[in-house]
Amino acid sequence: MKQHSPIFFWLLLAPFALWLILLVIIPHFDMLGIALREQTAPRQYAFSFKNFSEFFTEPLYWRTFMRTAVMSIMATALTLLIAFPVSYYIAKMLRGRPKSFLFLLCLIPFWVSELVRTYGWMILLRETGVISNGLQWAGLVSGPVELLYNDAAIMVGLVYTSMLFMVVPLVTVLESLDDDIIEASYDLGGNMWTTMRNIVIPHAMPGIVSGCIIVFMMTLGNYLTPNLLGGKDSLWFTEQIYTQFITRFNWELGSAFGILLLLLSSLIVWLGLKLSKQTLTSTMAS
Amino acid sequence: MIPSISQPASLRWTYRAYILMFYIFLIAPLAVVATFAFNDSLFPSLPWNGFTLDWFTGDTPQRLGVFSDSAMLESVGVSAFIAFFVTALSLFVATTNAFLFERYDFRFKEFLYMLMLLPLVIPGVILGISILISSNSIANHMDEVFNLEIEFLRPGLVLVILGQFAFITTIATMVIGARLRKMDRSLEEAAYNLGASKTAVLRTITLPYLRPAMVGAGIVAFLMSFENFNTTLMLTSSDSPLTITMFDRLREGSTPELNAVSLLLMIVSGMLALLSVLVQKKEDA
Repeated sequence: MKQHSPIFFWLLLAPFALWLILLVIIPHFDMLGIALREQTAPRQYAFSFKNFSEFFTEPLYWRTFMRTAVMSIMATALTLLIAFPVSYYIAKMLRGRPKSFLFLLCLIPFWVSELVRTYGWMILLRETGVISNGLQWAGLVSGPVELLYNDAAIMVGLVYTSMLFMVVPLVTVLESLDDDIIEASYDLGGNMWTTMRNIVIPHAMPGIVSGCIIVFMMTLGNYLTPNLLGGKDSLWFTEQIYTQFITRFNWELGSAFGILLLLLSSLIVWLGLKLSKQTLTSTMAS
Repeated sequence: MIPSISQPASLRWTYRAYILMFYIFLIAPLAVVATFAFNDSLFPSLPWNGFTLDWFTGDTPQRLGVFSDSAMLESVGVSAFIAFFVTALSLFVATTNAFLFERYDFRFKEFLYMLMLLPLVIPGVILGISILISSNSIANHMDEVFNLEIEFLRPGLVLVILGQFAFITTIATMVIGARLRKMDRSLEEAAYNLGASKTAVLRTITLPYLRPAMVGAGIVAFLMSFENFNTTLMLTSSDSPLTITMFDRLREGSTPELNAVSLLLMIVSGMLALLSVLVQKKEDA
């Protein structure tokens, strides 16, 4: 192996360090600093936990936080439930052209902006929308029905937006499962359910964990989908952050919220990695 | 269940019906967006009043089509401007990152690689506000100490570019790094043995080998920048890029013009996606 001179190493390290330190690390420490301060007089600040205590004493704030967390977990579970049979079908039931066609078809919607996808759901779900009209036409309902601006609409949008990030790791991991092992399970008297439970799901576990972690993180940090599909009462935590920063101009409280969201996200990711004995690097690679 | 093991027909058909429903679910929102771009009505909803191209070419105030809507066209320009700089910056840093992590061994390499992945884990809104806070505190400091007002550190195009560059670089690094890892080092060794200099090897062997990955990463970076919403929302000011303009219009209540813009976006991103798939195919060959 050709030995490189150290000057090249430092030349390559410089852009990396500048990018990471200036745009990622320092900003987050600044955010922490602002979250931990309190204005005592005009232009006078003091160290304080006031912003965090405000979060815990104001029910609206921590309820929104918990609601965002619980709904993100539900959306992740639902995405897994819907994506698993589809991924299994693509990975194990199909060969050749149909297989790559269906797999590519899965990816296409995600090349399109999230805004456009959400807009599509608004056209489908709103009072004057396609589904409402379809139901009236079929005689199932007598007047227009508003399907937008509720939690179910948010859930549909979140699951839709997350689908790709579940399907890709699942297909990858299921493809690596040898058909012979499934056949052996049947030969030994297993049926569909025992084979799924004892062979397929344990084998797919790394993909399931990767998919769930990525979907959970994306859902938690989502702003567009809850905002547009949930309307005024969507109560998503990122909206609270936006309100504090842009509408109320209370950067201290907004930063504290940002730190809390980061902590929650890291905690869940860490738990997921610990439970599945994986590392962040291996999860991202798949 | 696999094809070689027979299952009851009812189960097979249920499974197929489920897959079909899944794809309807996947396609439906995009299909309605595209269809209503051609509806001869002031609202993107039923009833269907017949086919029109007004939402593309119309130029009356009630029926302003995309191609006559100067505010919309301007925001497309803003988005393209941002995406160009984000792509250039992130490709450069991603390439140096790829060489750093694939060709050198150093202390804390694992740890630094994990830090490199960090921007993917941080929610876009938070990445946006953290950069807003930092640049704002520098700007305030400059203002107080040197009485200098530094315009580009306030919300606006430069901050949007920096915010998007912060996380898109990670994605580009992963694409280019994966390609560099697969490279057969003996190609370079052979060139060195034949007396080539370091720059000659880089220029004639290594970079041409990396080119498909760089084109692919460039397309992805451009699209991700063009379509980014969360980070941009926190850092933008009056020159709003396309996604922000569309979002504002959407909340005011939309005309089918938005469908027309969306359809054009779908076509362009679809073509870029196809291009990147083709480039990848060539790469594997």
